Amino acid sequence: MNPKNILEVRDLVVKFKLSEGIVHAVNGVSYDVPEGKSIGIVGESGCGKTVSSYALNRLLPPYATLSGQILFRQQDGNIIDIAKLKPEGREIRAIRGRDIAMIFQEPMTSLSPVHTICNQISEALILFQGMTKKQARNRTIELLKLVGIPQAERRVDEYPFQFSGGMRQRAMIAMALARNPRVLIADEPTTALDVTLQAQVLSLIQDLQNRFNLSMILITHALGVVAHMVETVNIMYLGRIVETGPTMEIFEEPLHPYTQGLLQSIPKLTGRLGERVSSIPGSVPSAYDIPKGCPFEARCKHRMEICREEMPKPVTVGSEHTVYCHLYTGREAARDAANA
Amino acid sequence: MLRYIVKRIVQMIPILFMISIISFIIIQLPPGSYLNTLIAQMRATGDEVDMEMIEALRIRYSLDKPMHIQYFNWMKGIITRGDFGFSFEWNRPVSHLIWERLGLSVAVSVSAMLFSWIIAFPIAIYSAVRKHTLGDYFFTFVGFLGLSTPNFMLALILMFISSKYFGFTVGGLFSPEYMMAPWSWARFVDMLTHIWIPMIVVGTAGTAGLIRVLRNNLLDELGKPYVVAARSKGISTVRLVFKYPVRLALIPFISTVGWQLPNMVSGEAVTATVLSLPTAGPLMLAALRSQDMYLAGSFLLLLALLTMIGTLISDLLLVLVDPRIRYE
Repeated sequence: MNPKNILEVRDLVVKFKLSEGIVHAVNGVSYDVPEGKSIGIVGESGCGKTVSSYALNRLLPPYATLSGQILFRQQDGNIIDIAKLKPEGREIRAIRGRDIAMIFQEPMTSLSPVHTICNQISEALILFQGMTKKQARNRTIELLKLVGIPQAERRVDEYPFQFSGGMRQRAMIAMALARNPRVLIADEPTTALDVTLQAQVLSLIQDLQNRFNLSMILITHALGVVAHMVETVNIMYLGRIVETGPTMEIFEEPLHPYTQGLLQSIPKLTGRLGERVSSIPGSVPSAYDIPKGCPFEARCKHRMEICREEMPKPVTVGSEHTVYCHLYTGREAARDAANA
Repeated sequence: MLRYIVKRIVQMIPILFMISIISFIIIQLPPGSYLNTLIAQMRATGDEVDMEMIEALRIRYSLDKPMHIQYFNWMKGIITRGDFGFSFEWNRPVSHLIWERLGLSVAVSVSAMLFSWIIAFPIAIYSAVRKHTLGDYFFTFVGFLGLSTPNFMLALILMFISSKYFGFTVGGLFSPEYMMAPWSWARFVDMLTHIWIPMIVVGTAGTAGLIRVLRNNLLDELGKPYVVAARSKGISTVRLVFKYPVRLALIPFISTVGWQLPNMVSGEAVTATVLSLPTAGPLMLAALRSQDMYLAGSFLLLLALLTMIGTLISDLLLVLVDPRIRYE
């Protein structure tokens, strides 16, 4: 394991066994999370980005099967493979309670409607940090203040239904922070919020990430969201990472046809009135029956004979920019030749 | 909250009046009256029917007056004197008869209810958490078996077992020597040796249904995002299941728990008849059959009252368990 990294995911595969067949949700995903840095995972609905992040905390339902490695560097320096832990055992629960915290995409339904905010946030404090009820309550009030909830002393005893959507997401963030985590997974934290709130919540997350030196995985379907928040982006399609690299490089020089399509489909403020937003033709293939070649082949403008037959190998261009596409197979060799 | 309760109780009064009118009419709907039953009985046993005596009874019980007069007299008695009328068949005041049996009815029903909860709750939770496992299928099978076994049949089987293998007297709630005795510790113990049969019989009927309902409620809740979010906090499975989804799955259950109250009086009628228990159910059944109208009418009124009180209790409990519900 690279000493810079806190988390390394290797060849992660997640399948769901359903009565209709096997859903291949994640098909061999690898990425690194450097300590204290933030990375983004971007892809459209159903590409496996949420599933792959649930796998990190072993939050997948019992009918899911998991293989590959999820190497995590613990506080004491020991490296543990989360993929090998017992699903609801003591070790994974300790990791959930102390190390890897999650912010969920549905603040409306991710809080219990019949327990107070205080009860839900202080739970982890009492359980994992050995606080008394009173200490936990005071800490909860502090946390609520930290995430910008006004009149925290009063609102701490309210129920989620008395909170607005933005407040609930702030409370969820406070719940995640309560555990003093080292890794924060934010799964589409702003999808369910108004546009005006999205920016506020994102800047809050970024601010907290900086302040507490958190390592963060930001999952989103909106490329615009990650642009300012993460150092590295992984573009996911149909359960695979198709391109990965430093955020600025991906924006300036997208290589994979899918990434290019994603970037072109962002509506521009400078566009003419009535101009159509460009979209990627076709739809995502079924996850029941994944193609053996490149996952994007059916929708790709540049498809070649080989794309249908063979999964492209990673091609590294630039220092940390990697793309999985047959279009670039020669490039690496050419560059290596140039360097030689 | 007090205001709310008072308001609800005040609302009950007109409803009770309406129910009393309707039940009075329904009791009178079949042709004839208790006196016809009496005449028929006397003829059947070969007694000579003394028409003068019948006429005297008709006047004594105001059966010669129009129905609305009878009704007003009955109501007047209840409101001014707490007098629910006289039972023709038993020749005793209705209120004495009902009170006497109500205690035992409640004892049987409450023990059956507790029995069914103690069985149903753990099974439902187990079945939901371990859904589609061998254990779940096993309990589902047993549950349906319980649901489809007629109560009287189970009563007969248990009576047989009880007398053949344990040597207890068959039926009833007491051994003969305690039947008429005043309450004592020995009589109570004697009752305990008898009460388990009606407890199991009445209890199993509700248990299967309760398991299905709770299991489905819980399955709905287990899939919700707040459960995953709670799991992500690192709480152990048992603690998590009991604190979050079980709590929410109980809400629909609590909204109907008050309906157990009228069941306490009439729910065990069939079983009690088979087991010849001295409870209220068989008394009510007999009163309806012999057109013993004040007794039957009082029972119907009592059931209506208990239904309303039960609903009020449910509503109040609901406010306690679900903060989203508020008094208007």
